[in-house]
Amino acid sequence: MSDSAPIVEMKKINKSFPGVKALSDVDFRLFRGEVHALMGQNGAGKSTLVKVLTGVYKQDSGTMLLNGKPIRPDSPLAAQKIGVNTVYQEVNLCLNLSVSENIFIGKEPMRFGKIDWKTMNRNAEEVLKRLNLELDVTGSLSNYSIAVQQMVAIARVLDSSAKVLILDEPTSSLDEGEVNQLFNVIRKLRDEGLAILFITHFLDQTYQISDRITILKNGSFVGEYKTDELPKLELVTKMLGKELSEFSYSNKGGEPAGVSQGKLEGKATLQVKKLGLRGSVAPFDIDLYEGDVLGLAGLLGSGRTEIARLLFGIDNADQGEIRIRGKNATISSPRSAMMAGIGFCSEDRKNEGIFSELSIKENIILALQARKGVFRYLPSKKRSEIADEFIRSLGIKTPSANNEAGQLSGGNQQKVMLARWLATDPKILILDEPTRGIDVGAKLEIMEQILNLSRRGLSVIFISSEFEEVIRCSSKIAVLKDKVKVAELRGDDMTESRIMRTIAEGK
Amino acid sequence: MKKKSLITQRSLSLFVTLGLFVVMFGAGSLSFIGFFTLQNFLNLFMNTTYLMILGVGMTFVIISGGIDLSVGSLLSLATMVASSLLTKSHWNPSLVIPTVLAMGIAFGLFQGFLIQKFNLQPFIITLAGLYLGRGLCYVVSIDTIAIDNRFWHHMANVQINLFANSYISPSVIIAVLVVIAGIFVSRSTKFGRTVFAIGGNEQSAVLMGLPVARTKMFIYMVSGFCSALAGIVFTFTTLSGYSLNGVGMELDTIATVVIGGTLLTGGMGSVLGTMFGVLVYGTIQVLIVFQGTLNSWWTRITIGFLVFVFVLLQRALRARKSGTSSATQSRAEPLPRRS
Amino acid sequence: MAWWKRLTGKKLFWPLVALALLLAFNLFFTPHFFQIQIKQGHLYGNVIDILKNGSPIMLLAIGMTLVIATKGIDISVGSVAAISAGVVAMLIGGDLQGIPKHPIFESIVLAVLVCTVAGLWNGMLVSRIGMQPIIATLILFVAGRGIAMVTTNAMVVWLYAKPFAIIGQGYVFGLPFSLYMVVVLLLMTLFVTRRTALGLFIEAVGINPTAARFAGINAKNIILLVYAFSGFCAGIAGLIVCSNVMSADGNNAGVGYELDAILAVVLGGTSLNGGKFNLLGSIVGALIIETLTVTIYAFNVPPEIAQVVKAVVVYIISLLQSSKFRSSVANMFGRRELAA
Repeated sequence: MSDSAPIVEMKKINKSFPGVKALSDVDFRLFRGEVHALMGQNGAGKSTLVKVLTGVYKQDSGTMLLNGKPIRPDSPLAAQKIGVNTVYQEVNLCLNLSVSENIFIGKEPMRFGKIDWKTMNRNAEEVLKRLNLELDVTGSLSNYSIAVQQMVAIARVLDSSAKVLILDEPTSSLDEGEVNQLFNVIRKLRDEGLAILFITHFLDQTYQISDRITILKNGSFVGEYKTDELPKLELVTKMLGKELSEFSYSNKGGEPAGVSQGKLEGKATLQVKKLGLRGSVAPFDIDLYEGDVLGLAGLLGSGRTEIARLLFGIDNADQGEIRIRGKNATISSPRSAMMAGIGFCSEDRKNEGIFSELSIKENIILALQARKGVFRYLPSKKRSEIADEFIRSLGIKTPSANNEAGQLSGGNQQKVMLARWLATDPKILILDEPTRGIDVGAKLEIMEQILNLSRRGLSVIFISSEFEEVIRCSSKIAVLKDKVKVAELRGDDMTESRIMRTIAEGK
Repeated sequence: MKKKSLITQRSLSLFVTLGLFVVMFGAGSLSFIGFFTLQNFLNLFMNTTYLMILGVGMTFVIISGGIDLSVGSLLSLATMVASSLLTKSHWNPSLVIPTVLAMGIAFGLFQGFLIQKFNLQPFIITLAGLYLGRGLCYVVSIDTIAIDNRFWHHMANVQINLFANSYISPSVIIAVLVVIAGIFVSRSTKFGRTVFAIGGNEQSAVLMGLPVARTKMFIYMVSGFCSALAGIVFTFTTLSGYSLNGVGMELDTIATVVIGGTLLTGGMGSVLGTMFGVLVYGTIQVLIVFQGTLNSWWTRITIGFLVFVFVLLQRALRARKSGTSSATQSRAEPLPRRS
Repeated sequence: MAWWKRLTGKKLFWPLVALALLLAFNLFFTPHFFQIQIKQGHLYGNVIDILKNGSPIMLLAIGMTLVIATKGIDISVGSVAAISAGVVAMLIGGDLQGIPKHPIFESIVLAVLVCTVAGLWNGMLVSRIGMQPIIATLILFVAGRGIAMVTTNAMVVWLYAKPFAIIGQGYVFGLPFSLYMVVVLLLMTLFVTRRTALGLFIEAVGINPTAARFAGINAKNIILLVYAFSGFCAGIAGLIVCSNVMSADGNNAGVGYELDAILAVVLGGTSLNGGKFNLLGSIVGALIIETLTVTIYAFNVPPEIAQVVKAVVVYIISLLQSSKFRSSVANMFGRRELAA
């Protein structure tokens, strides 16, 4: 860190994808012997920047220097060869191969023209020992937890002569002990002189481990700071930009959702008792009334999405019961959930939500049509009416309902998803990260819609990584930790610090 | 304890195949007099040499997560080209064999190039390859071409005596060598392991810095080479080239690979397993011959059925496996973040 | 240029252009290509031959279109057609006097039913067991031919019942009877897919199966249905093949039909990646293939070699559909608009 010249220097990096400017004139410096945190909201351009650095993407313009020399890696392999290594959040290993192979494949020790398995396994054991890990390295990687897989991924990088180690959200699936173990390893590597780029969503972890912070926002460079000179609040403000103030302003007009619950209390829409699935989420209870907005708060991997999947019948619970409007309901598939009056917008819009080649109109009427069945096809006029109505009421920005949904921006696609379910007139709507990856304005509109719906008596389950958003929208909040629902917060307890504390203490 | 369970997991499918072979051969031995002889066992190899060679190439393709439907017609093309060069052009065998093999490699390279470079679906490209190969056979000749060459006749007729009055043909040695080479390559070379890595998770393999593009092309070249070599070995038995040789052999090959325990979705499999798969196939054929009243088309139906059973079996095994380690496999969080 | 864009944007535009080019080529280089004569009240000529000989492929292409729209593939159709031929031949059979063993109509129904069941089998494997379509249908691709051979005792079976010949050889109002079958099936399929939500559901399943399931569509049943329908179409095509030559040859009937049908669908503008489908396009695609075959015939090239031409066409189509290919071509010419 005291070195005068950075080991990596990226200058004025630009990168566009069709319809999106992912990076514009981003600068970035990384020094030897430091842990550098790259911070930013979803969509800030962190991953894109890393992918440019590691040769997955080619920048449209801008230069990269490694030890002062220009580089332009055209593949991850090329980046590795010059000492730039990455461990991704989704562990990018081959689960079908053995642990030792995952560490050494591509650079196996050879003997008499063949792979020297004995040496390889021994070396693997040694490398893992450095990470305080002892396991059967001949076993296939699929037998081990994600935490172990993560360590193996780091071990793979350790082995080579790495100059730069990039950790892309390595902690998102780890528990506290594992995180500490990982941090110990990171500190050790830093002290050995490695330059470490650390990407995370977790503020506390950033302060625990990093020496320096670079902040990106909407694909632009915000600034580079020394960690101990940047107060947490300032970091958050810089990451969010104007977002925070804008949002608080907009919500002043409407009444808090919590109030609406009080008014409509009485009609139970969803009662869940001890619903659970081994290996997915521990048994939990939920009580929802008309107009309720239940926020699910928890870190990534805490079981939020799992609960949504159980309620919508994507996964089938192995215990517990669901009652909808007082009647027992069997929910064994998304179809049966839909028939019971539940709607679900997946967090993975692209893969689980939008049909990009179908028109906006078709996307909107699809669930309603599925509900009516194949033969009772909505008349063409009716289809247009429904689509136009939602395009207007939700403010979907498109010249025509007949345009392909794939051409819409993320926020408008999210509104199409919302429209699809609203068209079925559901009693309960589950929204998994509806505000992720969309611009600020669209976020506010989506949240406004949630409040509107709750005022109309709909029960909403709202999942978001942004506790701020959860608090603003919800009438009560279920806090999740490690696949367990640990608490339900109401009223004045619904504060960010209280949620954090609940997650930290687990009760 | 963990170690033990792993060993079974990995070799379970191999044992299943081996067990199937033993049971079928055993059933034949009990049912038919003259079935259980050393020579009959060796005949299994002699009848299936070409299938073993095709199977080795196909094993690599399938482990990588691909498929090659062109092997049957490429085999046929190899028989046509070889016999045409020998009989019509009077080339020397020492030239004919390398030429045919080079043609097979080139054919594989062509397909691998299209699949890899332009990200095309292997099955559609190799399906086109199936028809291209077959069509090219007719370009060479519409009729059967008999091979009249001393070396070929020698290869067809010579018997290599083993103990107890039993013998094998030279083709068996070629096939066994190919199998051994295949086992070695798949287990002990960088290429072999990269094939497994690609089949396990191609994207990861790329990010791990493995030469995925080169390897994928090479896989189809290996398959093309094996098809051409199988074609040559085929002519050692038939002493002729014929455009309709090897019709439907692609399924037979895929079937033997699947019966040998290779996962159709890629990432897991073994060349040794494929060899046993081929022996199972050979045993079915012999059983139907011994049985006498069934026509030979029942082999096809039985093979289709066995493929069905094995694919079911694989799915059941995988379901069980992911059941035990669902904690690691659950799609709980690792949904890719696009930021 | 707006009108030009609107015209080329029409799904049927390019398939029709290809067909027109091929026909124009024949107009200039193949003598008497468009000559149509009237003999015994029937129309005769190359064009009529194309319509008549193309009808099995057109039928198969109708079923294949829906399968491909769900991102699937059915390579068993040729074998299933052979089963249909085998079953109907064995049932009708008959002596040289032309008296059928079993009533013709019932035999036909039974043969088509058997093929529909074969299609259901494929659909079960794909939708319920989750096999890759190529593998699932590969089983019947070869086992089916085995079944056809076993049905006919591995012999070529001849039929002598005259009325059965109408299906493949008969004429109504001067046009081949088989063409009417194609038209009826096409209109029925168009009606069912476009006047009900079936077409929309098929496209949804093909574009994004997970999202389709999450939208409450019963994707499994949709997939089951399209494979069954493909088997049904193959069954009818098999009847025509059988009636054409009044015999069933399990070994050779319908060989290579699967590629022709797939090719027809792809030529017609339905992507192998599933999604939006175009039934009329597939019919045009089948006509292109048949015209190509007739053209090759006209030039005295052995028909078997037509396979080479078809393979080349598959390569070209696959390349044109590959975004990687298009962008690399675009880069080569330094133009970006091709890459869209």
